[in-house]
Amino acid sequence: MSAQVIVFFILAAVAVLGAVSLIVQRHPIRSALSLIVVMVALAGLYLLQGSELVAAVQIIVYAGAIMVLFVFVIMLLNAGEEERTNVSRMARYVGLPLGFFLMLQLAWWVGRGTKGMATAASSSPAMTRNLSKLLFTDFLLPFELTSILILVAILGAVVLAKREN
Amino acid sequence: MVPSSYYLVLSAVLFGLGVVAFMFKRNIITIFMSIELMLNAVNLAFVTFSRHLGNLNGQVFVFFVIVVAAAEAAVGLAIIILIAKHRQSLNVERVDLLKL
Amino acid sequence: MSDFFNQPSVWIVSIIKVVVLMALMMTALAYLSWFERKVVAHIQSRWGPYRVGPHGLLQPLADGLKFLFKEDPTPGGVDKLIYFLAPFLAMALALCSIAMIPFGPSPWLQIANVNIGLLVLFAITSLGVYGVALGGWASNSKYPLLGGLRSSAQMVSYELSMTMSVVGVVLMAGTFNLREIIMQQQGYWLGVIPRWNLLAPPFPQVLGFFVYFVSAIAETNRVPFDLPEAETELVAGFHTEYASFKFAMFFMAEYANMITVSCLATLLFFGGWLSPFSAGGMMVWTLYIPTAVLAACAVLLFIDGLRYSTRFGRIVLPILALALAGLAAVCALPGVLAFVQGPFWFLLKVFLFLFFYVWLRGTLPRFRYDQLMSFGWKLLLPLSIANVILTSWMVLVNSK
Repeated sequence: MSAQVIVFFILAAVAVLGAVSLIVQRHPIRSALSLIVVMVALAGLYLLQGSELVAAVQIIVYAGAIMVLFVFVIMLLNAGEEERTNVSRMARYVGLPLGFFLMLQLAWWVGRGTKGMATAASSSPAMTRNLSKLLFTDFLLPFELTSILILVAILGAVVLAKREN
Repeated sequence: MVPSSYYLVLSAVLFGLGVVAFMFKRNIITIFMSIELMLNAVNLAFVTFSRHLGNLNGQVFVFFVIVVAAAEAAVGLAIIILIAKHRQSLNVERVDLLKL
Repeated sequence: MSDFFNQPSVWIVSIIKVVVLMALMMTALAYLSWFERKVVAHIQSRWGPYRVGPHGLLQPLADGLKFLFKEDPTPGGVDKLIYFLAPFLAMALALCSIAMIPFGPSPWLQIANVNIGLLVLFAITSLGVYGVALGGWASNSKYPLLGGLRSSAQMVSYELSMTMSVVGVVLMAGTFNLREIIMQQQGYWLGVIPRWNLLAPPFPQVLGFFVYFVSAIAETNRVPFDLPEAETELVAGFHTEYASFKFAMFFMAEYANMITVSCLATLLFFGGWLSPFSAGGMMVWTLYIPTAVLAACAVLLFIDGLRYSTRFGRIVLPILALALAGLAAVCALPGVLAFVQGPFWFLLKVFLFLFFYVWLRGTLPRFRYDQLMSFGWKLLLPLSIANVILTSWMVLVNSK
């Protein structure tokens, strides 16, 4: 087993444990922290695949901005521990096994379907440059559209959060 | 080199865990976070296929997914703050009317 | 990536570099606190620390010991894991970012030369907010919670303009690699004015530097943006409930962030390790500036040491002066001469930035919270965006 495979398994274990912890933890801030762990582990996996730019963006935007917003809101609302109600007991005994069944199914079929896939060569060093070029030429229209999407989201957030007079 | 299928299985497992979290959690913020988990799992699949096929389009899509997630978080959290203000609770069971 | 896994020598060299840099950083952090207290004291016409050792030079050691032996109470009802995690997170992330900084042209003076070094640095610093926010939340107390909330809002808002402000530099350099960004700033204008990004064509980054430095001060929660720990309103902000070594870790993280931010300012706008003088022709003497500066310090310290009031000081200070003089002599050796140029200029510039930080703390009053927010969003962010637009336009015009 090469060093890369070992690193993969470590990062994968961290990611899966983080995701499980997201479910198990009852306090939202702990769930948020678990999700941050998953995101950092995924950034490590992107690095392992040679996608440096995606890894950096994953940490800067996802872990460093979006999740900070989550943590901020949890702190602002002073959210306490989750309550358990009758319906969530049904979720525990019926939904949870079904969900895990779905997960195993997914993993099983994806694993079976891609078993014969050969490993591709590692990426070229100039990938960041090529990626940026692609983003600003072939994908220019979607790129501009996302900026409009962001603008709309900002306006929406401002309107929603505005105090009613 | 790590085979691509390993990454894809991991992606599927994370997605499944996201689905489980989505159904199991009762707190709106945590439910929202499990959606982010699913998006992350999809991103992993995108990057893996992008490397496997030697085509960078997949990684461009990851950027778009991240941008959409950011926009979603901004609006979603604003809605959550409003709900929390009106209902004094973050439990989804208490949010059962189609108005604030 | 692959050679990193396959060559043990890479590992060993990296570990040696990490250990040496850690030791140096810890010393630097300790003495930065001494430096700050001393400078602020002199600004306010006080003496500052002067009891422990000559000129208070042993004060950092005494402080460290005090932190180690102090009682460390944990407030009731806290989330223990997060309460303990927060200071470690703050400290670890602050120290991590130093690994990307090249202190000189030699590859020995940088731990990790990453292709996208600048982005990695921003990635690490963008996680730094968790230490503060979680510390404030986990303390289970009102003032820390307010401090944590303020800090996360402040750091997220200023991170935006900070990231935007360096885009101009990246546009001009065409790379994210910190080493290459410095190499791009080589050369002199009219033979004298260095082509640093601050002054260089196609678009001098004066605006970018202004926005960068102001938002960097806000990012590190320093005066005049130290609202997260505003003593007069919030006791001590997010670290009110922290004591002993956990408090020291927050403290050191703040100083480490200050150093990183100053290093980055030097790298991006002030030519990094490049000397402000071109060493060609009759300017060869500039190569001896490091020796001259160190020798002058040594002489001053020696004279001061001989007249010092305590006997201990009269022994220690001249010895220190002699050590400095020895260092100065070593710097003039032909083999070492070229090697010390880079680190000397780099550290000198960083030192000036750190002095500026302390100077600000000694002079400026604190912003009000709404002023802070409107300053960040209504002034700095538009300025940084204008800088990006102007720079990209000029780069485009120049490339044609």
